Amino acid sequence: MYVAVKGGEAAIDNAHRLLADRRRGDRSVPAMQIEQIIEQLGLAVDRVMSEGSLYDRELAALAFKQARGDMIEAIFILRAYRTTLPRFGYSEPVDSGTMQIERRISATYKDLPGGQLLGPTFDYTHRLLDPGLMGDEAVGTPPRREAGDRQAPRVSDILAHEGLIENDSDLPDDHPAGDLTREPLEFPMARDVRLQALSRGDEGFLLALGYSTQRGFARSHPFAGEIRIGEVEVEIDVPELGFSVCLGRIQVTECQMVNQFQGSSKSPPQFTRGYGLVFGQSERKAMAMSLVDRSLRASELGEDITAPAQDEEFVISHADNVQATGFVEHLKLPHYVDFQAELDLVRRMRAEFLASQAGDDVADNGVEAAQ
Amino acid sequence: MKSETDSAEVTLQNARRAAMAVLARAEASELQKAWNEWPDQPDVQLLRGPETGLVMVRGRIGGGGTPFNLGEATVTRATVELSNGQVGHAHALGTDKEKVRHAAIIDALWQDETSRPAVEDQIVEPIRQRLDRQDSTRRDETAATRVDFFTMVRGEDE
Repeated sequence: MYVAVKGGEAAIDNAHRLLADRRRGDRSVPAMQIEQIIEQLGLAVDRVMSEGSLYDRELAALAFKQARGDMIEAIFILRAYRTTLPRFGYSEPVDSGTMQIERRISATYKDLPGGQLLGPTFDYTHRLLDPGLMGDEAVGTPPRREAGDRQAPRVSDILAHEGLIENDSDLPDDHPAGDLTREPLEFPMARDVRLQALSRGDEGFLLALGYSTQRGFARSHPFAGEIRIGEVEVEIDVPELGFSVCLGRIQVTECQMVNQFQGSSKSPPQFTRGYGLVFGQSERKAMAMSLVDRSLRASELGEDITAPAQDEEFVISHADNVQATGFVEHLKLPHYVDFQAELDLVRRMRAEFLASQAGDDVADNGVEAAQ
Repeated sequence: MKSETDSAEVTLQNARRAAMAVLARAEASELQKAWNEWPDQPDVQLLRGPETGLVMVRGRIGGGGTPFNLGEATVTRATVELSNGQVGHAHALGTDKEKVRHAAIIDALWQDETSRPAVEDQIVEPIRQRLDRQDSTRRDETAATRVDFFTMVRGEDE
């Protein structure tokens, strides 16, 4: 028998009004504008877009504001919103080679065509708190230097000529791109679906897994072959027009991780690669993603599977923070009946345990008496 | 002869694609102003939208390999018909319906040979120039962060 218990509507309603009040905070402090969040908290917005798997800065900033800065809550809100929209189609694959580059570095080549472009990075800062930001200190315009029309080819294309590094991918040309928003996950999965899952995966989870591979749990000897951040054009084929149109640009971060590889029965010794591609400016995530992409290719490359970061089902099933938070947080919802049942069960088992102990005591006494 | 017609069509199509790409990246206010200032505005009928939906953005494994699904982006699209029968179409990232409605109207005006030069000169070209300037500024700002390596020579060779 299932007995529904009702109640709490007024409490819930009041809790949500209290939430709205606390979200707004002190009314004498001006409310934050969406534009301010986009402009001044851009990397938070990027993380919400990347893990929300929806590129829209305005909506991501709104979700971030609504969630009081709680990343996973904001990501959850954005994911929920996307389910209300129709799917118009699939874009042409974006071309990171023709990116309008804002940052591009390689840890493997010092002098590479296009150069090392540091861009707006936290690297080489001293991580000292800046009291100037307590106020609204004027910030100067950044210096410029004639860029010319220097091209910056992908590092992987430069290395490819010698055959020392594997190709971009070995999936057959007619392999249809799987879509985990349309089909349920199945293991083992092809690398394309895995990359989709990793790109929307939790940054912290992927960071920890990537770190574990560096510390010896599935060692993969990585080098950051290239990291590039910038804008790429998104095109979609419009059947009624008979040609593809440009929808605009999105910012992405790409990481090409280059890994040592001894070779196996299947492949000669060469460098293998892990790939990361993430919405927005999100270097840490793209690097972690490429480390985990590489470690998850263990069985493809004939490597022993010894570590968590190589276990596809473990990694992919737990990388999505909306799923994870849903299952963890559901524990706080009322489980009164379940718990009541468990309580009865434990009481019964305990009574049986105590009764059998009492019986043993009697039996023991009996043995003693016989001696 | 046929191939000449074909190549003229391709040229025209590429010019339209380029104009549509500029309109997709334009600011909503630029397109609104352009339409408001357009003389002898034709009547506009919406055939579709403006409506917002999603496009699944694809990347390539390793940068140049097999396509995979990266994640979705919001897209708004509209199709309009002007009173002269010209049909215009627009798609743009984001959720701004008014912007895309204006872009579709401007696309329809662009396709009409009589209004095309004015659309190109007065609307598309100024926006294109602004976008190019913006790109060029960004490139120059990035170029200022390019590392110039130099080697420290030590010892007493000289």
